Amino acid sequence: MNSPKMDPVTLAILKGRLEQIADEMDATLFRSAFNPIIAEAHDASHGIYDARTGETLVQGKSGLPIFVGVMAFAVKAVIDRVARDGGVSDGDVFIFNDPYDGGTHLSDFRLVKPIFRDGEVFCYLASVGHWHDVGGNVPGNYNPQATESFQEGMLIPPVKLFEAGVLKSDIVAILSANSRLPNSLYGDMNAQINALDLGHQRLSDLLDEYGESDVSTALTLLRHRADRMMRDHLAALPDGTISVEDYLDNDGVSDEALTLAVDMTIAGDRLTIDFSRSSAACAGPVNISRSTTIAATYVALKHIFTDVPANAGVLQPVDFVIPEDSFLSVTAPKPVGGYTETILRLIDVMFQAFQHVAPERVNGCAYGTINALSLAGHRRDGSRWVMFSFFGGGHGGHPEGDGLNHGNAPISTATIPPLEILEAAYPVAFTQWALRPDSGGEGQHRGGLGAVYEIELLEESATAFLFGERGKFAPPGVAGGGAGAANRFYFNSDSPAAENGRDSPPLVSKMTGISLKRGQRVRLETPGGGGYGDAAKRTDDQKQRDLAQGYVTTVSRDRAS
Amino acid sequence: MSKSVVIGVDVGGTFTDILALDEATGEVRVAKVPSTRGDQSAGFLNGIQAATDDLGAVSTIIHGTTVATNALLERKGAKAGIITTAGFRDVLEMRRRDRPTTWGLWGQFTPVIERQNRLEVAERTLASGEVIRAVDADEIRAAAKTLLEQGCEAVCLFFINGYANAGNETKAAEILRAVWPNEHVSVATEILPEIREFERCSTASLNAYLQPVVANYLARLEERLASEGAPAEILIVQSNGGVMSVDTAKVLPVRTALSGPAAGVVAARQIASAAGFENVITGDMGGTSFDVSLVADGQNTLTSQASIDFGMVIRTPMIEMTTIGAGGGSIAHIDETGLLDIGPQSAGSDPGPVCYGLGNDKPTVTDANLVLGRIDSRNPIGDKLTRLDSEAAAAAIDRHVATPLGISVQEAAEAVIRVANAKMAGAIRLISIERGHDPKRFAAMPFGGGGALHAGALVREIGLAAAIVPRFPGVNSALGCVMSDLRHDEVRTLNRMLDSLDCGALSDMIAEITAASQEVIRRSRASIEGLHAIIELDMLYLGQTHAVAVPIPPDAGALSIEIIRAAFDASYRRAYGRLLDDIPVRVLNLRLSVIGQRPHVDIAGLARGERADTVEACHLAEQRIYADGDWHDGLIIDRLRLPEGAIVNGPCLLVQPDATTYVDPGLVARVDKLGNIIIEEQG
Repeated sequence: MNSPKMDPVTLAILKGRLEQIADEMDATLFRSAFNPIIAEAHDASHGIYDARTGETLVQGKSGLPIFVGVMAFAVKAVIDRVARDGGVSDGDVFIFNDPYDGGTHLSDFRLVKPIFRDGEVFCYLASVGHWHDVGGNVPGNYNPQATESFQEGMLIPPVKLFEAGVLKSDIVAILSANSRLPNSLYGDMNAQINALDLGHQRLSDLLDEYGESDVSTALTLLRHRADRMMRDHLAALPDGTISVEDYLDNDGVSDEALTLAVDMTIAGDRLTIDFSRSSAACAGPVNISRSTTIAATYVALKHIFTDVPANAGVLQPVDFVIPEDSFLSVTAPKPVGGYTETILRLIDVMFQAFQHVAPERVNGCAYGTINALSLAGHRRDGSRWVMFSFFGGGHGGHPEGDGLNHGNAPISTATIPPLEILEAAYPVAFTQWALRPDSGGEGQHRGGLGAVYEIELLEESATAFLFGERGKFAPPGVAGGGAGAANRFYFNSDSPAAENGRDSPPLVSKMTGISLKRGQRVRLETPGGGGYGDAAKRTDDQKQRDLAQGYVTTVSRDRAS
Repeated sequence: MSKSVVIGVDVGGTFTDILALDEATGEVRVAKVPSTRGDQSAGFLNGIQAATDDLGAVSTIIHGTTVATNALLERKGAKAGIITTAGFRDVLEMRRRDRPTTWGLWGQFTPVIERQNRLEVAERTLASGEVIRAVDADEIRAAAKTLLEQGCEAVCLFFINGYANAGNETKAAEILRAVWPNEHVSVATEILPEIREFERCSTASLNAYLQPVVANYLARLEERLASEGAPAEILIVQSNGGVMSVDTAKVLPVRTALSGPAAGVVAARQIASAAGFENVITGDMGGTSFDVSLVADGQNTLTSQASIDFGMVIRTPMIEMTTIGAGGGSIAHIDETGLLDIGPQSAGSDPGPVCYGLGNDKPTVTDANLVLGRIDSRNPIGDKLTRLDSEAAAAAIDRHVATPLGISVQEAAEAVIRVANAKMAGAIRLISIERGHDPKRFAAMPFGGGGALHAGALVREIGLAAAIVPRFPGVNSALGCVMSDLRHDEVRTLNRMLDSLDCGALSDMIAEITAASQEVIRRSRASIEGLHAIIELDMLYLGQTHAVAVPIPPDAGALSIEIIRAAFDASYRRAYGRLLDDIPVRVLNLRLSVIGQRPHVDIAGLARGERADTVEACHLAEQRIYADGDWHDGLIIDRLRLPEGAIVNGPCLLVQPDATTYVDPGLVARVDKLGNIIIEEQG
C-alpha cells in the first residue's frame, strides 16, 4: 500500500477537526428534527464521503452505527447517477430513499451534497434520517406483512432537491403528498438541510485553512490506518474456518424460521465472510440488500474491535460471499421494511462466531429485536394520532461484568422517548415501565434484563401492530453463558380464542391489525441479553445480590427458547 | 468592631484556596492550605485562620465545595430509597435506554438507589392532570417503615406525571414527612416539576443520595465556625455560579454538583469584564483535566442538564463546561494506530509528572513543558517539591515518544504540547466557533495551575484576540466565591399550544414564582443590593421534542401571544436559521431565575502589593526556551512585581508562587491596571 506522508501532529489535528464537522452535523439535526425517531432516538447519521468511490471517510460519533457502512453505498448511488446523467453543479442536493441501492429501508431518507473546490467535486457530505411516515400500508412503515416494497411506502430514486442552490418545491410537494404526517416530513427535511449547510460551511473553512491537498492526504492516511489495524487484529487470531447459525422467528407472512448462517474464514490478515448457507429471499419484509449486509458486518466488527477508526478501512481486509438469491442480497421490489431484525441477527451471529477465536473480545448477544410497536387511531376531534416507537432490552454479559439492563440496539445509539412525553402526546397510559426479572441469560456474567412495557388505551378505539423478533429463538450467550428470555407480546382481545381476554400473535413476534378498545392493553416483554461464561463460576455474593435486588427471583426460571 | 471581611473558600482535591476581602479597606489576602480528606471542614477552618487574624471580623463566608461532586464520582452518598407509582420502580435504572459508548457493548450501570429500596404504591395521575387513583396514606407509611427497616437514611418521593398535577405527590410528602425521622426527604416535584420522568427521578434521587452527606458536612462546618467564634453567614456556590444559603443547600444539595468549577468561571467573567473583555473563553487546567466555559457579552453560558457519569443525570441550570482529559498530568503515548495522543490516563498530582520523581515514569504534558524550558525547574509551584527533574522528564519523552516516532527529544516534547494544545483548542472550538461565535471577538482566560502555560498557543491556534492571565490564577475559584450573586431557579411545565395560551394566567404564575423565589433569597440574610428575574420559555414547533430557550424580558409588560411568538421566532432563527411558517408552536416549560446582586467586589484591590519601577528590576534569570523547532534565549521574570503598563516580549516565563505564564516567541505580554497579564500577537 502506497501511503502519502504527513507529520503525525498535523494528522492528529485534522482527524479531530474532520470528526468535529460530522459530530456537529449530527447535533444540528437531532436538535432541530421533528420526529422523535431522529430527535430522541438518533436514527440518523452524517459523514464525509469519497468523491469517486463514495467510501466513508469520516463519520459522526452520535449517529446510528449501521449507517456508517451503508451510507457509502448511498453516496455511490448518487455518483453513479451523476456519471449516467451528468449535470452535477455546486449547490445541488440529491434526495432519495432507494433501499436497494442505498441500503436499509424506505423510511431512511438520504440527502447527499457534493462539495466543490475549484470547479470539481472534492467530496460528498451526506445526511440520513428516519422519517416518521413515508406512505405505504401502515403508519410508520414497519409493515410486517408486506410482500412488495410498494406496500411499505414511496420509493424515491436519487433526484435533485436543490439545483444549483435553488430548492425544487415540486419535489417537496410530491414527498409531502405521500406521507400521513407531512408536517413532520417537512420539518425533518429542513433539519437535514440545516445540517448539510452547516457541514458545508465548516468543511470549507477547514479546506481554506489547510488546503485540499493536506486534507485529502489526511483522509487517505486515516483509512489506511483503519485497514492496517484491522489486519493486525486478524493476523493475531488463529487461522481456520468457523461456522455458526442463528435464526429469525419468521418473515411475518408464513411461520417458518429463517437461517442466518456464516462460515467465517481467517487466513493470515484477511477475513472471508460467507453467508451461502443462509435462507433464500423470503416473501415478507425481513430481506436485506447486499449493501445492508456489508454495513451490518461492519457494525459487528466495530463492536468487537472497538479501537479501529470508524471508516471504510475497516472492511478493506474483508471479503464477502453473498449469493444473489439469498435473503441477504435482495433487489426491488422484495420487501425490506424489517431490515433491523435481520441485521441485529447478523451481528449476533458474528459475536457467536468470534467467541471461538477471541472470547475475550465478545459479549453475549443483546436482545436482538427493534420491537417496533405502533398504536394509532383518531381523536374525538377527528385528528389522526400515531404512536410509533422502538423498545429496549438487555445487553449481553461480557468479560468485564453483567450485561447492561435496558440498553439500546447494537445498531443504534437511540434513546427512548420519556413515557411522560408519550402520554402527553397520545391518548395512552403506561401501566408498567419496568425491568423484566429473570430475563438475563445465566453465566459467570449474567445477561442484562429486558423490560416490560404495558400500555392502556384511553381513546375509544385504536389499531396496533408489532414488528419484533426473538420470540422463538432467544438471544444466545457466549463462552458458555446461557440464553436470555425470549420476546413476549400480549394484547387484550374480545376474540373467543383469547384466554382470559388476553391474546398473543399467531406469528409470535409480528402482527398487524390488532384492534383495541378503551381500557384494553398491550404488553411487551422484551428479551434479556445472553450470558457470558460458565454460570458455575458465578459467585455466591453475585447470586445473593441478584436475589436481593429481584433481578432474579426464587421461582424456577421458565425460559421459552 | 465592624464585620467587614468576606471570605471565599474553594476546597479542591489537593488544596483548599482562601481569599479574604476586607470590604471596608479593599485589602485582599490569599492562602493555600492542604485539603483535609474525609472531613473537609478541618482544612476549611485552617485556611480561614491562615487568611484572617480576626474571625470575629468575618461577615460572610462563601464556599465552593466538592463534597457533592466527590460523593457522586466515588459513589459515597447515603443509603436512600424511593417511593414511587406502581409499575415504575425501575425508571431510575432504565434511564433513557442508552449505553455508555457507541462502539462496544460492555456498558454497566449501578443506580445510586438499589432496586430493593425502590418501593411502589398504588396511585396514578394522567398527563392531563386528572387523578385516576388517589394516594393511600397507610401505604405511604408502610413503605416508609420498610425503607427505614432496610436502613435507608434518605428517601425520594417520585410519582409519574407529578409535573402535570402534584396533588398526589404533595399529599404523600406530607404523610411521609410526618413519619420520616429526619429532614432527608426529597420530593421530585419540589425539586424539578418538569416533564420527563427519568430526568426528574434521577435529579431527585441524586438529591436524596447527597442530602445526608452534604447536610451533615455543612452542619459540622457551622458548628466548627461557631465554636471558633466566627458567627458568619455561610453561603454555598451552586453549579449555576450563583450562591444560596446553607439552609437551601441542605435541602437541594444536587445543585452543588459542580460548585467549585462554577465559582472559577464567575471570577473569570468579572475579571475579564473589568479588564474590558466582555467575551472570554475560560480554561481551567488542573492535573487531569481542562475545563472550558464560554462567556458571551458578559454572561456565563448555562446548560439545563448534565451527566456526572454514565446515567447519572442532573437536570438543573449549571454553568456549561466542557471537560477534556488534557491536564498537566495527562500522559503522552503512541496509540495503536501509531499516532501521538494525550490522555485520558493521567498521573494526576500524585505521583504526578515524571519530573516530580514520585514514581511515575510515563511522560506528561508538564514534563514536555519542562523539557522545552517553559517551566522553571528550580521553582516548582506549591510547597511539595524543591526542584523538578528535567533529565528524568527528557528520558521519559525520549523512550515513549521521540524514539517510536524517530524524532529528537525536543521535537517530541513540542509535539506533545502541540497535540495537547490542539485538544484544548478543539474543546474551545466546540463551545465557541461551532456555536457560531467568532473567535476574533474572544479572549482566553486561563487559570488553575497550568492554564497560563498554553494561553499564547491557544490565541494563535484558534485566532483569539488575546489571552488574559488573572493576577492570581491559582486561587481564582476562591475569588469567584466572593464575587457570586445569590440565585434561585424554578421551572414549571406548561405544555400548551401557543395559540391557546392563557397569558393572564402565565403572568400570574410568573409573579407568584418570582415572589416566592425572592423570599428564598431574602431568607439567606446575606446583604444584597438588588433583585432581578430572568424569565425563559422552552418553546418548539408541534412535533419537535427539543425546545429552544426563548428569553422573555421581565419588563415586557402584559404578555400576549404576539409578543411570545415574536420572541420565539427570533430565538429559533438564531439557533437554526429557518423558520417553519405554517407549523403551530407549543410552549413546554417556564423557567424563572431570581438573582440577588451582592455588593460589587472592586477587583483593583487584587492589584495591590509592592511593585518594581522597571521591567529590568523584575528579571530573575536567563532561560533557554525551545519553540518552533529551535532554542531561543529568554528570561524568567517575577510576575507580581511587574509595574503597571510593563511590556515584555516572548519568549519568556512570568513566574509567581501559584502559576507560571509562558509567552511564546512573537507574542507580547503587558500588565494592565488591574495586574492582569494580557498576551497578544506582536505588532
